[in-house]
Amino acid sequence: MERCGNAPPDDVPVILAREGQHGPVIHAANRTARIEGIHPGSRVVDMRAICPELQVEYADEAGDHAALDRLVLWARRWCPWTVRDGDDGLILDTTGADHLWGGEAAMLVEMETQLSLLGLTAQLAVAPTWGAAWALARFGPVRSVCGPDEAYFKLGPLPVTGLRLDDPTVLLLRRLGLKTIGAVMDVPRLSLTRRFVKAGLQANPLMRLDQAMGKLAEPVSSVDAKPVIRVQARLAEPIFDPTPHLPDLCEDLCEQLKHAGLGCRRLHLTVYKTDGDVSHVDVATSAPTRDPAHLHSLFRDKVERINPGFGFDLITLAAGSVEEMQDQQTRLDGGSDDDLHLTRLIDRLSAKFGPHAVSRPILRQSHVPERAEAQIVALADHPNEGAVLTKERPLRLLDHPEEVRVLYAVPEGPPAQFVWRRQTHRVARYAGPERIAPEWWKDRPGTRLRDYFKVEDQTGRRLWLYREGLHEDGRGGDPRWFVHGMFS
Amino acid sequence: MGLLRMHKALAGQGQHPAVMPHTLSEAFPSHPTDASAVGFALSRLPRTNAPILWVQDRLSRKEAGRPALAGLPADRPVIMVDLSRAADVLWAMEDGLRCRSLGAVIGEIWGDPPSLDFTATKRLAIRAEAADVSCWLIRRAASPDLSAARDRWRVASLPSAPHPHDPQAPGSPRWSLDLFRSRRSKPGQWVATYDGAADRVHLAAATGNRAVDPRDGAVRERTAG
Repeated sequence: MERCGNAPPDDVPVILAREGQHGPVIHAANRTARIEGIHPGSRVVDMRAICPELQVEYADEAGDHAALDRLVLWARRWCPWTVRDGDDGLILDTTGADHLWGGEAAMLVEMETQLSLLGLTAQLAVAPTWGAAWALARFGPVRSVCGPDEAYFKLGPLPVTGLRLDDPTVLLLRRLGLKTIGAVMDVPRLSLTRRFVKAGLQANPLMRLDQAMGKLAEPVSSVDAKPVIRVQARLAEPIFDPTPHLPDLCEDLCEQLKHAGLGCRRLHLTVYKTDGDVSHVDVATSAPTRDPAHLHSLFRDKVERINPGFGFDLITLAAGSVEEMQDQQTRLDGGSDDDLHLTRLIDRLSAKFGPHAVSRPILRQSHVPERAEAQIVALADHPNEGAVLTKERPLRLLDHPEEVRVLYAVPEGPPAQFVWRRQTHRVARYAGPERIAPEWWKDRPGTRLRDYFKVEDQTGRRLWLYREGLHEDGRGGDPRWFVHGMFS
Repeated sequence: MGLLRMHKALAGQGQHPAVMPHTLSEAFPSHPTDASAVGFALSRLPRTNAPILWVQDRLSRKEAGRPALAGLPADRPVIMVDLSRAADVLWAMEDGLRCRSLGAVIGEIWGDPPSLDFTATKRLAIRAEAADVSCWLIRRAASPDLSAARDRWRVASLPSAPHPHDPQAPGSPRWSLDLFRSRRSKPGQWVATYDGAADRVHLAAATGNRAVDPRDGAVRERTAG
């Protein structure tokens, strides 16, 4: 199945590549590329030699998997049992569901139409068994429908690749002269059993054949969709303020979450206005929770921002980012849980001031002072790099170093007098320099090194001063001086 | 004798929380870019590993910089909150004081905003005492008008102590402390020397016009133009 949302032009050979053992290999190719003789599984460099105008994109395999998993749930519109089949297929158990769509052939047409509306091309087949459907969809005629006792005839002319075998086994069968499934069927059963007695399912043509013919059971075990946890309040008359309904909604939602053993990290409040307009309010928490009072408090100042218009008559509250959550008691005496309190504080602050106002600085491994500290959104979990500092660092850093005007420069050390923020500072004592070279792997070329000095002025204020560059280092004019921080 | 009394008066507040409950204190730096008040406030916090909630308004951050994690005396986690208005800073501090698991709450407010009145400081002080979390309000470019803070300090930098190895370099920082209003102890003035390695403050009585110690301060001061 290929995704063709915004497809490249048909006359350009395009392939998707993935990382193989010896460089990138071809994951998928479009029709033009296949006509040029490019086949999936071969190496990109080889195929470039065949077709120099080949366009290469990298495949998003994890994204494809996730999309296919969503499609599995979407396909429940046709029948209740659906499951993903490998990397590129869906299996639908349509037993007893086809008559709702006017028969099997009409159902296949309907499925192909709906999938093409999603921008997907599909090859479809109906067969009594998983194996037969797999083979017919890939190698059989378009939209083939196979009756209960037709499998023997329909599968016969298909190639042995249709038996879902691994590559060495297919190669072996080809070498034995067994090119179609029918040829394998004609081989006496005893010979096949003897030849493949120790082979696993992937390498055993007899077992695969039995599965395709229905002699070996292969049930469809359908996956369950994640429960959608959502509560709603339908109101008899339009109202303008959802606040009185929020505590009840939060209670109901948390009851549902508790029943399912889950906690949520996001809440989406949606109000449906009478004029058809919809407004959303979202809040997030730093740890999964199902405490109604806490969730309610996060909405405190947010619901006021909803423009009620002509009023609204439906409120829904949905839990997003649902995670497993166990009730924990960390202390025997039933006292307060410190971590919990801290996460709730972060939730409240982030809900009121926005997630970017609340941050958690951590140390990083870098000598450049701006990079030695990273601001991480406090809601997120983070790894600490465990940087160890040996040099003395100022208590406060300016976000942007401020340039000073040097009144009295001396050849060695910091200037004897400088003007910073329109005040003259006379350097009484200083320590340094500490040279911090630019990080060539991150900085732009031409970045100048810095010599840091801890200087103390006549009143005792201790500043962190640096000179950017050296005289005649070939990276700009005379070095300039900046204040970067303050010591206590 | 006088020195001993002052040590006693100050000793309890940071070290023995059972004796002196944590409460709201205010510090007024002598100059906005003077980091001594922050250093002093940090040195008075209880020695725990609990995180500090640090709330700044926009002007404080712009004019006096942000606290650098690398320069904090002990390796303590910090939760930074960057806000724009003083009213928001007070709200965030009050909300933080509901949380007993914090080690301290430090707020920085620039100037004299109308929202920072006696009532606001009283609320902070009561909350801090109820939660037993020490709370510091760093007020730059502000006038020390009516406030319910239990201790109010004026802090300024002094020329630092001589460096033990390098006479030209500044050594341990020295601060002039002025406890000009306090509910719990007697107001007074001190000269504090901060020992960064041990994270301790050594106090000495401030003398009026004493002679400059020849080893002190500007002995190798360079002559300027």
